[in-house]
Amino acid sequence: MSDIKTKEPLIRIIKRDRASFGYKVWVRAAAIILALIVDAVFIYSVTGLNPLAVYGVMFNGTFMTSIRFSWAMRDLVTLLCIGIALAPAFKMRFWNIGAEGQVLMGGLATALVMVKCGASLPTPVLFLVMFLTSVIAGGLWGFIPAVFKAYWNTNETLFTLMMNYVATSIVACMTNILRGKASSLGKLNMSTQVGWFPQFLGQRYNINILIVVILMFVMFFYLKYSKQGYEITVVGESENTARYAGINVKWVTIRTMIISGAICGLVGFLIVAGRDQTISTTSAGGNGFTAIIVAWLAKFNTFYMALISFLLIFLSKGAAEIASAYSLNDYAASIIEGVILFFILGSEFFINYKMIFRGSKKEVH
Amino acid sequence: MSNLIAWIIRAIPFGTIIMFGSMGEITTEKSGNLNLGVPGIMYLGGFAGFASSYFYEKNSADPKGWICVILALVAAIAASMLGGLIFSFLTITLRANQNVTGLALTTFGMGVANFFGVFILNGASYTAAPLAYASFSKKIPFLSSKLGILSKTVFSYGFLVYAAIIIAIVLHYVLNKTRVGLNLRAVGENPGTADAAGINVTRYKYLATCIGAGLSGIGGLYYVLDYNQGIWATTEQIEALGWLAVALVIFTTWKPLNAIWGAYLFGMLYWLYQFLPSILGIKVASYVTDLIQMVPYVVTIVVLVVVSFRKKKENQPPESLGLSYFREER
Repeated sequence: MSDIKTKEPLIRIIKRDRASFGYKVWVRAAAIILALIVDAVFIYSVTGLNPLAVYGVMFNGTFMTSIRFSWAMRDLVTLLCIGIALAPAFKMRFWNIGAEGQVLMGGLATALVMVKCGASLPTPVLFLVMFLTSVIAGGLWGFIPAVFKAYWNTNETLFTLMMNYVATSIVACMTNILRGKASSLGKLNMSTQVGWFPQFLGQRYNINILIVVILMFVMFFYLKYSKQGYEITVVGESENTARYAGINVKWVTIRTMIISGAICGLVGFLIVAGRDQTISTTSAGGNGFTAIIVAWLAKFNTFYMALISFLLIFLSKGAAEIASAYSLNDYAASIIEGVILFFILGSEFFINYKMIFRGSKKEVH
Repeated sequence: MSNLIAWIIRAIPFGTIIMFGSMGEITTEKSGNLNLGVPGIMYLGGFAGFASSYFYEKNSADPKGWICVILALVAAIAASMLGGLIFSFLTITLRANQNVTGLALTTFGMGVANFFGVFILNGASYTAAPLAYASFSKKIPFLSSKLGILSKTVFSYGFLVYAAIIIAIVLHYVLNKTRVGLNLRAVGENPGTADAAGINVTRYKYLATCIGAGLSGIGGLYYVLDYNQGIWATTEQIEALGWLAVALVIFTTWKPLNAIWGAYLFGMLYWLYQFLPSILGIKVASYVTDLIQMVPYVVTIVVLVVVSFRKKKENQPPESLGLSYFREER
């Protein structure tokens, strides 16, 4: 190291103070368009089909008939609601990867109440008990890792991840008992339909949609304007600052994770009572993981979450449509989705950072 | 006794799959990168390994076993390193969030493997690469037949089982006894300090993540071409194995040597539901076996909790695990 380098590096990266709204939209749109181009190249090189035609078919997956649109909305709210559940935890920088398990526990609690108490309780009370047990079960699944995080700083990413499989195993065990000698569980309370959501505007799951839309507003205001929401923000920004400001970090951590888990449990309730009328190990269907991406990309804004959920549901419905139209397979959706996510994740860089090339003039702020 | 032997014979190959997966992830995590894309990477490795040997077997007039092995290994490592490269570019250069990027990579890897897998399947429910299976599962000539019970339990596996042990020992040596390993650990613990000491943080993170991905990918290859008898079928099994590999990393407290016995223990625990009842001579209901399947995960949680209780420095996760490094942010 004899000579001291005085040359400016070719590219220097600095933090961008605050990107304007228009710029953010522009970057994200560019990312999605680039991703679609990459996907188009992929589609063409593998299948030889005209990518534009394929994208056109994709559109049909969600928009061809009104019932398809309705199904898309049903799946959207499941994903969105888990995203809403994860928002407070992520805002606190608590990596709750365990939504899948929390949803399953909530769903299991609902299903058990449906089967065991369906005959004995009057309908409104039954729904109340189903709601409460699901929320408690999900909340408990969030509470356990939170306590260990708060008191012993146990790594929550890994803890919550493992809890998913414990939940899966419990659900497998319970469904096995419930179905007895039958080969599959089938719909619960099939003959009496006790504990099923009533038809509302033609579909049971419309109640799910209604509840999730309300929750979207509630969570938005909770995070943005409530005292607890502010505490969550401070703990997420800096634990030390929070401590100096007199915030009980341990309690905020635990409380927020109970809320996060409880809403996941509620999703389980909605899935069992409003959508499937049954429970299985795949009831959450990977939504718990996809919602992590939704919540993170939306930067904890529940309305953006709705947009991103829509994009992802649109993709998966569209890919299923492509698959059946061109006799491909559904996994095309995972690839297309993966590529789009990579581009959106990568585009964050251009929102948070600025590149300065050698020789460019100093900008005056 | 024969049950116990059968159990061990089942557990060791199973353990080898996740041992590769977790050794790769240990390497990656030592650099401070928490790559939750391990399942996706194992898919990429498994599929690339299978596809390359499948096409070689199909198109060559006189396919040779050793070419199959080399081809499959090269393809698997290359494909999974490519997966690691995507992750590295997004998280290291573009500083995207690691958890989210990893999960996206898992979706992507599984999609790629199963999507192209369907083309190879061409309507069938599974396809086989018999020569590759034969070559990967070839036993050691003398040791595997002449030593009685020792042959059965210790020497009856394909070469990758022993390669895994050797790699674990080498990895232990590199991480703990060499300058490179010291630098890598410094990067994972505190990249700011490492940077100030003149270590090229970016290069270490890139290399560790890509090499780690390559190692994890061999796990997928071993699953398809040896454990699963060279059969490719559309599967979600590898995903579960990938998460188990991530669990094993915690169980080993980020030490490659622990991965050897830890992996076999996980193998035993995984097959517990099948062999324990018969060894004890009891019959358990099928719902109990469902419950027993959670044991490996519960054990991992217990280890995670105990490690955080005891707060021993050498058992902790790398200090900056999961955080991206930006030099100008202090």
